[in-house]
Amino acid sequence: MRYTIRVNGRRRVVESDADTPLLWVLRDDLRLTGTKFGCGIAYCGACTVHLDGVPARACVTPISAVGTAAIVTIEGIGRSEWGRRVKSAWLDLDVMQCGYCQAGQVMSATALLAKNPRPTDADIDEAMSNNICRCCTYTRIRAAIKRAAGLPAGDTREADHE
Amino acid sequence: MNSDDASLLRDPPRSAPSPPARLSRRAFLTASVTAGGGLLLTLHLPAAARAAGAPAGRPASAEINPFISIAPDGIVTIMAKNPEIGQGMKTTLPMLIAEELDVEWKNVRAKQAMLDPIYGPQFAGGSVGTPLNWIPMQQVGAAGRQMLIEAAARTWNVPLAECDAAKGLVRHRPSGRALPYGTLARKAAALTPPELDSVTLKNPRDYTIIGKFTGGVDSARVLDGDRLFGIDVIVPEMSYAVYEKAPVFGGRVVRANIEEIRALPGVRAAFIARGSAPDAAIEMGLVDGVAIVADRWWDAEKARRKLRVEWTAQHRPRQSTQAFEQEAARLMQGAAHSILRRDGDVDAALARAAKVLKASYSYPFLAHATLEPQNCTAHAKPDGSVEIWAPTQNPGAGARLVARTLGIDPGKVKVHMTRAGGGFGRRLQSDFMVEAAMIAQRTGRAVKLLWDRTQDFHHDAYRPAGFHAFTAGLAASGKPVAFRDHFVTFAQNGRVASSANLPRDHFPAGYVPSLEFSQSLIQLDVPTGPMRNPGGNALAFAFESFIDELAHAGGLDPLALRLDLYGPPRVLPTPPSQGGLRIPPFDTGRVRGVLELVARKSGWSRRTALPAGTGMGLAFYYSHFGYVAEVVKASVNPDGTPRVHKIWAAVDIGRQIVNPAGAYNQVQGAVLDGLGQALHLLITVENGRIVQGNFDTYHLLRMDEAPPVEVHFLLSDNEPTGLGEPALPPVLPALCNALFAATGTRIRSLPINRLHSHGTTT
Repeated sequence: MRYTIRVNGRRRVVESDADTPLLWVLRDDLRLTGTKFGCGIAYCGACTVHLDGVPARACVTPISAVGTAAIVTIEGIGRSEWGRRVKSAWLDLDVMQCGYCQAGQVMSATALLAKNPRPTDADIDEAMSNNICRCCTYTRIRAAIKRAAGLPAGDTREADHE
Repeated sequence: MNSDDASLLRDPPRSAPSPPARLSRRAFLTASVTAGGGLLLTLHLPAAARAAGAPAGRPASAEINPFISIAPDGIVTIMAKNPEIGQGMKTTLPMLIAEELDVEWKNVRAKQAMLDPIYGPQFAGGSVGTPLNWIPMQQVGAAGRQMLIEAAARTWNVPLAECDAAKGLVRHRPSGRALPYGTLARKAAALTPPELDSVTLKNPRDYTIIGKFTGGVDSARVLDGDRLFGIDVIVPEMSYAVYEKAPVFGGRVVRANIEEIRALPGVRAAFIARGSAPDAAIEMGLVDGVAIVADRWWDAEKARRKLRVEWTAQHRPRQSTQAFEQEAARLMQGAAHSILRRDGDVDAALARAAKVLKASYSYPFLAHATLEPQNCTAHAKPDGSVEIWAPTQNPGAGARLVARTLGIDPGKVKVHMTRAGGGFGRRLQSDFMVEAAMIAQRTGRAVKLLWDRTQDFHHDAYRPAGFHAFTAGLAASGKPVAFRDHFVTFAQNGRVASSANLPRDHFPAGYVPSLEFSQSLIQLDVPTGPMRNPGGNALAFAFESFIDELAHAGGLDPLALRLDLYGPPRVLPTPPSQGGLRIPPFDTGRVRGVLELVARKSGWSRRTALPAGTGMGLAFYYSHFGYVAEVVKASVNPDGTPRVHKIWAAVDIGRQIVNPAGAYNQVQGAVLDGLGQALHLLITVENGRIVQGNFDTYHLLRMDEAPPVEVHFLLSDNEPTGLGEPALPPVLPALCNALFAATGTRIRSLPINRLHSHGTTT
């Protein structure tokens, strides 16, 4: 089947079986390898992309289901204001260790802030708990989201527990 | 003390070289001019150091090592010789050179070196990157700086002593003249480099790079989605490959529906491959399987799902977690198979003790679960050589395995180290490299092999499970006077399985007058191997939890008991050097230092004022030369699961934190990694195969479960040591000890949430 999709603002034509996950179309056909393969069952978030601004797991999104949705990947996210701010905060705080999950983390964080520019710690927990970081850089991911949002760095959850 | 700090030495990298802690006097630099008119400094290592590090048979003429090059525009390129797996070495090692070279960090480019004997040891493991390279890398930088100063002095015809260098400029103090390194590079290239041991290193007060928060050199590229990881490699004319192996370890292919697979869309080749040896599964070598090569990975993967393979060795009922647990319980009732250590008379001391405690502890197998699944790209060329791109922690061992298995000259295996999406010890193994190379050789093309997540879970070298039957006797004062551990662990090929051993000097050996460590073995047909802090990631939970039990039974503060056991500050006799690495002496003062620091920062002495149902737990562990004490504050949710409020870590890894950006991150990450293991992680063996197959059944820690982690470094006057591993072990017992303080329930088997997370198997 031939599909015409929109990736990072560009029209792309791909030849693919209907059941091929968007992840492999991006990675192997379009050679946009920034989006990562982690689990194949939408449990780790490494493959997170935006479909019309909403985070989606490319590993379980068949190419046939994409339709006319605007696809944004890590390669294109820096062109949005929130994407730029999130990436910059990530670098300022040196968030990553191995870095493999971080494309997905940035995509989820950007979608969160675009929808909710002043997230609470609970909002961050909810929006980010679909993304695994095997190196467990969660402390810095939380701080970087707050930095991008211009919020104070402290984790308020500890106080909530007392 | 215990010596499992030296996991590098006790366990893989299996072919770990014998690295000198300092460059030998026979190591020397040479200088030459680059094509662009810059300075190229080449480090020559003595033959002995070279021989151990990488494939033999490289022609001597190829031994040119562009360790540092300075271009006329002042840009300094520094080769990062070790693999980058997220531990930050690609940033740390160039920082050491740049500091002593005295250049501005913004003008430094770090470039990943290939596997080459000229670099000496190249691996990521054992937390030895810093201790092995701390001095040599600074010496290399200082030698370069000295040559640039000399070049300037000659240019101006002034005495050397009147010249100084900083920020990439040499200045003549009396006249105020200055020349940039880039301009001096060509002249410096004509000079004879100084003896490395003769150079003077900076006073740490003058550091401008070491000790400064320095972001990862490739971080911006990762966030741009650039191709850095193994899985991202693209080479011309590349096909994609999958390799199906037996679900039961050691199983061999009887037959498979190869013809049917070959006819599937996009499939270019499909064939049965034979393993290299009967014990290849245990040794993480090439095992029997079916290879499928296709135009796209998804085509290969879809074909794999239609594969029907008949395997030998279908049923191994004794190879199951349940059978191991029953066998361990039976073995614990009887006499141990062997005695590992015996001090004094434990039975007599127990008979005299005011109080005797017995407790059994156990922990499960674990998988590494690197987020980047195992993968490797290999290109077999018409001349018989194989070029490999691999996310590996141990490229030299991988190259040797490929050469041996494929029957080719080791000099014909060329290895590019890619960035690795996590290592944790998994990529010390080279199974994925030999599979890719074999498929490339058989098909005569370039292939990218990629495992899916379930294959990654089902074909690991697992952190071994273990069982401990402890007995201890307390004096009337509460102090332990007798200690016994009957350790039930696993055997393979007549030896204790990889990473399944109990070091005979593990704490509290040497600190309790009557002590016995004994061992019994269960035969295991599942591969095991080192995982981040091998030994320590399991033993700390058992020992430091039982020590906590002793404190409570004896009516002592768990902090006070530990301080009392380790005793007054003193330096114990220096152990012999192992594998060429100088082992720093064990210092009980450093134990006391981190214990007291973590107690102060966490408010340990005020813990009785915490609300009912909230408790604090403490643990200390020495490993990889690092001294780490941690406190966990926790309570229990209404559904019975633990709720961790906060974690404090106090860490002594010597006088200098090379890169605080990486250091705090490593400690926080290791602590949360250990927390996730304690709470959730479990690999179950059933009938010779692994049950868990993806993250739906292997619950890695997530954001909402990650508490704040407060990290404090205690800068003691000792040589800097590594940080990838030592902060992991204490959190597991500290959490369990906190839950005991909170609820009165003692956790003696991990994971804590076994019932909550893993009620049924899939």
